[in-house]
Amino acid sequence: MNAPLRYGLQAVLYAAFAATLGYFSTSPAFEPLPAGHALIRLSLNHAGQRKVACRTRSAEELAKLAPNMRAAEDCPRERAPVRVKVELDGAPVAAIVATPAGLSRDGASVAYRRIPVKAGTHRLRVALADDAAGTFDRVREEEVRLEPGRVLVIDFEPGKGGILLR
Amino acid sequence: MSATALPAPGAAAIAVERADALVDAAFGQRLNPMRHLGALGFHFFWICCASGIWVYAGFDTSATGAWESLAAMDRGEWPLGVFARALHRYSADALVAVTALHLVRETARRHYAAFRRFAWLTGLFIVVMMFGAGIGGYWLAWDQLAQWSLTATTEWFDALPVFDGALTRNVIAGEQVSDRLFSLFTFLHIGLPLAMLGAMWAHVQRVSPARTIPPAALAWGSAATLAALSLAKPLSLMPPADLGLLPARIPLDWFYLFPHPAMAWLGPGGLWAAVAAFFAVLAALPWATRVPRAPAARVNLESCNGCARCFADCPYDAVVMVPRTDGRHHPRQAKVDPMLCAGCGICTGACPSSTPFRRGEALVTGIDMPPAAIGELRAELESRTAALEGSPRIVVFGCRWGAAAQALEDRSTATIGFLCAAMVPPSFVEYALRAGADGVLVAGCREGDCEFRTGDALLAARLAGTRRPALRPSVPRERVCLAHAGLTDVAALRSRLELFRADLARLEPRARSRTPPPKRQESRHG
Repeated sequence: MNAPLRYGLQAVLYAAFAATLGYFSTSPAFEPLPAGHALIRLSLNHAGQRKVACRTRSAEELAKLAPNMRAAEDCPRERAPVRVKVELDGAPVAAIVATPAGLSRDGASVAYRRIPVKAGTHRLRVALADDAAGTFDRVREEEVRLEPGRVLVIDFEPGKGGILLR
Repeated sequence: MSATALPAPGAAAIAVERADALVDAAFGQRLNPMRHLGALGFHFFWICCASGIWVYAGFDTSATGAWESLAAMDRGEWPLGVFARALHRYSADALVAVTALHLVRETARRHYAAFRRFAWLTGLFIVVMMFGAGIGGYWLAWDQLAQWSLTATTEWFDALPVFDGALTRNVIAGEQVSDRLFSLFTFLHIGLPLAMLGAMWAHVQRVSPARTIPPAALAWGSAATLAALSLAKPLSLMPPADLGLLPARIPLDWFYLFPHPAMAWLGPGGLWAAVAAFFAVLAALPWATRVPRAPAARVNLESCNGCARCFADCPYDAVVMVPRTDGRHHPRQAKVDPMLCAGCGICTGACPSSTPFRRGEALVTGIDMPPAAIGELRAELESRTAALEGSPRIVVFGCRWGAAAQALEDRSTATIGFLCAAMVPPSFVEYALRAGADGVLVAGCREGDCEFRTGDALLAARLAGTRRPALRPSVPRERVCLAHAGLTDVAALRSRLELFRADLARLEPRARSRTPPPKRQESRHG
């Protein structure tokens, strides 16, 4: 093969390499959500209540303990799992039971869910239970307007008002 | 050659060679980029580092300032910033492309077992670190693409029980990611490439010499291609990250970010399963598949003078020089590590004791190959040359990994098979001519495509007289032909042989002396 033709072929192959890099570095575009959808992210990091409530030790019990171990209350470490239910327009879209972390199940319950929903105005109801009985005593219900591509984060922070919608 | 089960090219290797032939047409055999994928990987890595350092010099490493600093580059407020950013991206993409091709090619050629196991496994580490560094690099722009990629990655890791949602919370719970977390991303994007460089160093530790620099023409050509692409298609940032929004369409870099769409299709658990299966299969390949292993070279101390040419030429560092153990006056002797030995015979071709001109009926060289002992090859050469008829008479030294030279046999053509063309001691060429051949054709694999990395270059240098053991200057060069012919090039090799035959026919006839064999006449060669 003569030199000009070889150089021409080389140029073609270099161009094909560049075109491949150039195209696949940005294309085809990816749609992370179906068209006309929004996203609800449920993110939780909360320590449930103690599974067994603390009790006051009697004088006899305290006397049996070593002097440095005589704490007035006996508090079992294990915590209750945190339960969360999410309903959209009356239909359940998520139901989570987040077990506490740690070998003794005494840590925080951590959970995350990704819930794609159709864009629009919805009636959102979030209920949370963090005691051993599973009483959903923390509830937030309100109408939310979710534009396409909008991300709504459901969080729970007792110090900031309980169930938060961001 | 004995009938020991030896490794042989498979159907996939032949398919690779056919594909290579297409690129050979443009680049020639020596410059074919498919034969320099590893070196090109190093090349693109360095381009990526250099351009990255330039971008980093103008980059704000805070979560709140990162996007703006890159936007300022795109506005031309940092010299060459637009160009450097694009070059950084495209060289990183090119690194993935050549790494993928390298992996496919080496798998097809079954280059993962035995003495290649270490390089194979370290290569898998490189792949992991390459993707870690690359994906992490996207987060530093902290635009909507970065935000989506980061969240997708944390969602993937959160599928592991140990995290269980904790990682994603770091990214979505506040109004903005913290500068401390962003500093961690920066650290990862610098630290992982450094670790990757360490793995690349380890990857080439058991080859000698390591080819980490592509030929100049290829290096400049590929660099110019990336530069042209960077000028023609500069990068564009997406809007700044907004944790309350998810963009409808994301211009995805499929070279690095394809795991995110894969997770959308497979789910986080499915992606973990796919990734684990991919690496488990690749990591198990050296043990799971039966690749025959050639017997290792064997040192014969009585013929080894410790010259270290085998040590210098071994492409896998399988030969080391150690203090003499047999009391002879030479200070060193060769020692073969059978775990590293490829069984190629390049060391035998390098050994000056392999000369067939040595006195004595039995030829024992200093370092020999059990499946193809040099003494047996000399005997075969003598008998086959003596049986040649007609004119011109040609001896072909064939390579087990090149075109099947046996197909060229006829009344006036004898073929002798070697484990690798570089196993042919140059003195064998002269010996064949002295024994009655009018010409000698040495048929190796395609240029730059030696199964054992460097055999073709060593052979060419020895025949050209530029590397010892060298073909002696007194050997008429017009009667020696070096042909590069791959597995699928039998027809091309035949054509080359016919041209050579025609050239020989035009030369003056040579006086032939069939007996006695010349080995009893001379003693100093190589």
